[in-house]
Amino acid sequence: MIHQLELQHVTVRYGETTAVNNASLTLQAGDIGCLLGPSGCGKTSLLRAIAGFERVSHGSIALRGTTLSTPQSQLPPEQRKVGMVFQDFALFPHLNVRANIGFGLAHLTRAMRRSRVDSLLQLVALSEYASAWPHELSGGQQQRVALARALAPEPEILLLDEPFSSLDTELRTLLAEEVRALLKSSGITALLVTHDQHEAFAMADQITLLHAGLIAQTGTPYDLYHRPATEFVAEFIGEGNVISVAVTDSGIWNNTVNEGDIALPQPATGQVLRLLVRPGDIEHAADSQTALRVARKAFRGARYWYELLLPDGQRVPCTTTGNIDIPVGGLLPVRFNLRQNLVFDAAGNAARATAATPEGSQHPPRGSPAVTCA
Amino acid sequence: MAVTGVHPNTASRALSASTLWRSAIVLTATVIAVPVLVILVSLLGPYSKAWQHLLDTVLVDYVVNSLLLMLGVGLGTLLLGVSTAWLTALCDFPGRRLFSWALLLPMAMPAYIIAYTYTGLLDFAGPVQSALRSSFGWAHGDYWFPQIRSLEGAICMLSLVLYPYVYLLTRIAFLQQSTAVLEASRGLGKSATRTFVQVSLPMARPAIAAGISLALMETLADYGTVAYFGVSAFTTGIFRTWYGLGELHTAAQLAAFLLLFVLVLFTLERYSRARLRFHRTGNRAAPVRIRLRGWRAAAACTLSLGVVSAGFLLPAAQLTVWGAEHYSSALTPAFIRLLANSFLLAALASLSCLLLALLLGYGKRVHPGPVERAASRVASMGYAVPGTVIAVGVMIPFAWVDNSVAAALQQRFGISSGLLLSGTLGALVFAYVVRFLAVSLQSVEAGLAQIRPEIDESARSLGQTPLRVLKRIHLPMLRGSLLTALLLVFVDVLKELPTTLILRPFNFNTLAVRAHELASDERLAEAALPALAIVLIGLLPVILLTRNMSREPSAQ
Repeated sequence: MIHQLELQHVTVRYGETTAVNNASLTLQAGDIGCLLGPSGCGKTSLLRAIAGFERVSHGSIALRGTTLSTPQSQLPPEQRKVGMVFQDFALFPHLNVRANIGFGLAHLTRAMRRSRVDSLLQLVALSEYASAWPHELSGGQQQRVALARALAPEPEILLLDEPFSSLDTELRTLLAEEVRALLKSSGITALLVTHDQHEAFAMADQITLLHAGLIAQTGTPYDLYHRPATEFVAEFIGEGNVISVAVTDSGIWNNTVNEGDIALPQPATGQVLRLLVRPGDIEHAADSQTALRVARKAFRGARYWYELLLPDGQRVPCTTTGNIDIPVGGLLPVRFNLRQNLVFDAAGNAARATAATPEGSQHPPRGSPAVTCA
Repeated sequence: MAVTGVHPNTASRALSASTLWRSAIVLTATVIAVPVLVILVSLLGPYSKAWQHLLDTVLVDYVVNSLLLMLGVGLGTLLLGVSTAWLTALCDFPGRRLFSWALLLPMAMPAYIIAYTYTGLLDFAGPVQSALRSSFGWAHGDYWFPQIRSLEGAICMLSLVLYPYVYLLTRIAFLQQSTAVLEASRGLGKSATRTFVQVSLPMARPAIAAGISLALMETLADYGTVAYFGVSAFTTGIFRTWYGLGELHTAAQLAAFLLLFVLVLFTLERYSRARLRFHRTGNRAAPVRIRLRGWRAAAACTLSLGVVSAGFLLPAAQLTVWGAEHYSSALTPAFIRLLANSFLLAALASLSCLLLALLLGYGKRVHPGPVERAASRVASMGYAVPGTVIAVGVMIPFAWVDNSVAAALQQRFGISSGLLLSGTLGALVFAYVVRFLAVSLQSVEAGLAQIRPEIDESARSLGQTPLRVLKRIHLPMLRGSLLTALLLVFVDVLKELPTTLILRPFNFNTLAVRAHELASDERLAEAALPALAIVLIGLLPVILLTRNMSREPSAQ
């Protein structure tokens, strides 16, 4: 099967620094992928390598079976059939909206160019702005022009570099959903770079999380949240802390968490494991014997978010309903609900799930509350 | 992980291209730096007898007069520049819009031209004193009248045409001060006046300092005014040492001393400009102007009108009157040749500057590195160096090459080659390039800066080859900056007097040289036509500036 985009063991270096290390990734036609990660993780370098602005020093990049980049040969950017939407849009300030969108259509006849630009203007709902200048447009409008301009030559893949980062926070998620709908309805394959997981959730079918130049995990948004491959993924996606737990002779974990709270098939005495705790995993229970000290708290309207101290000083999150108001330093009675939780080995890789998640491999449809509740 | 290098072929090709750029840039910067280096090296000696003579007689005068000039012009431009900037930026009075650009007009008036125009106006035989005598029945010696041809006169003349540097930078600084900061001061209990003194003025201080240092650089570079007024300053001293004493090397050493003065100003200007960045606070909301009424408005009008009149309208009117009187006798083929010569020189120099600026600007863009940055710094130092200094610095190496070549030819073949480099248009154009490259480099770099790399990249990913990116993106986006670069250097060359005086080929005259020669011969009225031509052409960059001004934040 020919993948729309296929990266094999791609390494990108700047002098001595390795920005991307041995990254392999595929993206299917019509899918929207996302490179997610904190700043400096190499996501933009990888995107620029696909667009042809950076050389690969190892590995290869192929688009619909055509090799674009190897260490030996680089197809110049203009021959790649790759569209790109830049972080600050990079509209040509000396050209109006129509000329910006038609810029990459020099090979068409005047009439064909006109009709193609018209249909794109319609697609991004900017028909009445055809003769406006870039500086006359709002941020959102500029972004739509940049999108239309990149789509005009019908690229094999659309690359978007932090496309929403220069827009207002309130606009971002809204626009991300709009852009997703637009790309999906046109059947366009796209790869997005962002550091914002909410943006990634709103846009992508497939998320690749990068960490220090390495791919940490590739999967659906649901997978990344519920089946993180490493501690880094677990902590980056959604809220949650990873704590160390030690199995003592008496079978009690850290003097706090009872063995019964966690269902490990065969807990090995003396072993130290890492346990992912999400806010919902510790519940307020007025009748509980166990109470944890409140280290920090934040009022979130319908809910309170607490950070609680385990007796050994490790911190775990907990959310309660808005009427449970314990002061910082006070004690919150809780019940652990960790039977479903993920356990990592000492190296931070997912060791084993304590039990199969009830949903199994049946992912809920995208955008369902289960995914976005993070 | 296996380390696989980039493909050797492409790697070496990229390397050689970058080496080529870098060599070209370093070569350019080195050649541009030669005149200044020659001058500095001259300090190492030997010091001739003439030097002792200078020390005994005139050197103290040069230093004291130059310092007094700087002090006077510094104060003068500070007063004129800041007051007019404050009035047009932060106040409102009838005619403010008109004055805000009209106050730039004196920039079109070279100091040496305004100097001899005022001499004609205020001399014993001039219209002002004649009118006084006839209306009061005075005769010679009956009254005291200020002597215009003096140090004080030179200070006035230079201040009148150089204050726009301070005005321009300070005005922008005032306009860019965020209203929020000023309002915060008012909210903390300061009156409008105290806010101006304690907040606005200190915030504008780097801009004022930068403007004054530019004006003082021009003051140090001035030759025409001080020469005409008979003030012994460094520039006139350099001329006298060379032409009067025939001591080129001693002239170079004097020039080196002048350079030390310049260095102080240059450092001050760089420092102030660097600090300007920190003083730009917040969003530049349009300032709420203080509305002046009654006598205050009248005073504001009078001051602005007075400054514009004294700096431009009055001398321009006098020149026009003279020009009209001598129109028929002056507009001869010789005058046309003067124009043609000036235009040829200005065109050659501005084109050379533009090409080199493009080389340096693109070099820095394609292969940014410390070498490229340093090179463009070095290449743009000339604007601070007086024309006289550059001329001497060009003369010495060129004469050396000429003499060596002539000696070698004479020795080997018995041919006398004469002068190959010095005394040619080439030497003159080279000196102009050294002096004015900064002007075009600044425009080109500003133009290139607005073409961010992402613009290139987005054009590439839309299927354009690098060459087509140059044609479809860079050329149209740069057109304005390139034209500006050409125009600014063209006008500067046209106005430049001392460099041209020293380096022009024998019997080759330009507008500036001719105006200066005629004025020195007390044929003021005849000098009017070439002077008027210079002023008219000098108006072009002023118009350009006012066009940029109209794009400033509009205030309420």
